[in-house]
Amino acid sequence: MITLSNINKTFKVAKRQAGFGRAVKALFSREHELVRALTDVSFRIGDGEMVGYIGPNGAGKSTTIKIMCGILTPESGACEIDGRTPWKERVAHVREIGVVFGQRSQLWWDVPVVDSFELIRDIYKVDEKLYKRNLDELAALLDLGELMKTPARSLSLGQRMRCEIAASLLHSPKTLFLDEPTIGLDAVSKIAVRQFIKKLNAEHGTTVILTTHDMQDIEALTERILLIGKGRILLDGSLEELKKRSSERKTLVVEYKGAAPEICFGMAVREDKDGRLVISLDPSILSVSDAITSLAAGAEITDVSVSGVTAEEMVASLYKEYRI
Amino acid sequence: MKKYAALFKIRFINGLQYRAAAAAGLSTQFAWGFMEILAFSAFYRANPAAFPMEFSHLVSYIWIQQAFLALFAPWGSGGDAVEAIVSGNIAYDLTRPLDIYNRWFIETAANRVARAALRCTPVLFVAFILPPPLKMTLPPSLFQLSMFVLAVPLGLCVVTAYSVIDSISTFYTMSRYNAIFVIMADFFAGGYIPLPFFPEPVRKVVELTPFGAMQNMPLRIYSGDIAGPDAVKGVVLQIFWFAALLLAGKMLMRKSLKRVVSQGG
Repeated sequence: MITLSNINKTFKVAKRQAGFGRAVKALFSREHELVRALTDVSFRIGDGEMVGYIGPNGAGKSTTIKIMCGILTPESGACEIDGRTPWKERVAHVREIGVVFGQRSQLWWDVPVVDSFELIRDIYKVDEKLYKRNLDELAALLDLGELMKTPARSLSLGQRMRCEIAASLLHSPKTLFLDEPTIGLDAVSKIAVRQFIKKLNAEHGTTVILTTHDMQDIEALTERILLIGKGRILLDGSLEELKKRSSERKTLVVEYKGAAPEICFGMAVREDKDGRLVISLDPSILSVSDAITSLAAGAEITDVSVSGVTAEEMVASLYKEYRI
Repeated sequence: MKKYAALFKIRFINGLQYRAAAAAGLSTQFAWGFMEILAFSAFYRANPAAFPMEFSHLVSYIWIQQAFLALFAPWGSGGDAVEAIVSGNIAYDLTRPLDIYNRWFIETAANRVARAALRCTPVLFVAFILPPPLKMTLPPSLFQLSMFVLAVPLGLCVVTAYSVIDSISTFYTMSRYNAIFVIMADFFAGGYIPLPFFPEPVRKVVELTPFGAMQNMPLRIYSGDIAGPDAVKGVVLQIFWFAALLLAGKMLMRKSLKRVVSQGG
């Protein structure tokens, strides 16, 4: 169980304008600015939940994760994870969590990955049998095999990320924090990582908290979304709810031969070019099947596709709505 | 304890793989050792009475210093800790169930031991087969030797505790190299000129500071320059400074972690 209540965090940042003159001036008096990274952040996450933590760059996602991992100390507010305050009982707390920072590496650069794994085993005092079992399982699921004998520096980003995720799970953590785990990965690696996380959650009941800019990650993985902007929690709800909230409109793409199909009430044409028609449809006025029937009645249609609002569009509209 | 032993091991192994660096270091150490001895011997010939150390003591001092340079030099051993702070990878380090101070201490010490292990044997071997007066001699008694064996690890502990404080200061300075910290320690520990060559009042003060408890102790105990009860006092001073620097470092670490910022997002 994770509970955050009224967490506040500010950073002091040195600032100056560009230019030589300003740089000289900054030698004598430096200007600092207090940046509020988090303002009254509160939420609660139950055991075994998968939560997507989203927000634009600089919204405070990583700061929240770092507070929950015991790395940063907030100015005020309370955070309790399985009965412990992370920054006060850091060592006991981090034993129970796994962390992946997509932009950093926890593997020792010059040595084969398996050496890093063994060091992690010793650091967490993982029982040899459990280590063997976890390693075999992770190696099979993440397709590590030969990768483990390679030094981390020689791995590609996707290969390394799979090893990073494995490294964070060797000690069977109860909670897994993933800070942009799919950043820079190709499609195949992304899918592999997503499937793995899903399986982990389903089979081991691991609580997963994920930050990402990739909406497909969110769509594939999480049922619950926390939206943060400018350091405040703006929304907390399921993906479906959020989608409904932003819009129920469907998009129809119709390809036709000859004369353009007739448009009826409830449809709005967004694009009509070279025999391809893009229509925005309000299903509360006209159902999808009726719309297709009426379109097909007056013209020769070669292809139709229907899509709802994508997570990508939804988030973009949310960011717009909250002006973040 | 096992986890710290594992950390020591991986650092040690990592340190052993830099053979070219060790070879380059060795040639520097030979050149430096010869030059220093030749320079001092010129002074000695000019006026042996004004020379504050016996010449054979000085020769042993210089050769052991060169052999164990990596063990006692105040620079260049806390690189991983400093890099972790500057790059922001400290974030990962803090997600490990380890005391960060202990970890850095172990890693810094392991770096030193690994580098010294590669370099000390050739230097000592050559120093023992050289013709006198360049030749290094054995310690005058079994007592001095055993005090030396005690003073080496203690000196390592003092200088490592000092280095870790240097690394922690990176939280505040964000600089990879804190010159004042390092040069001051090297100078007052007798890294350039042995402490007996310092003016009397300066020497007396410096010998009581942590700098006097670093390489100064083992290097002078070996040859008998610090002998008998003075050697025992010296070792006690080393234990005192090790404990003091350890406590200071741990306190500073606790304070710093409250204001830690993970650089670069």
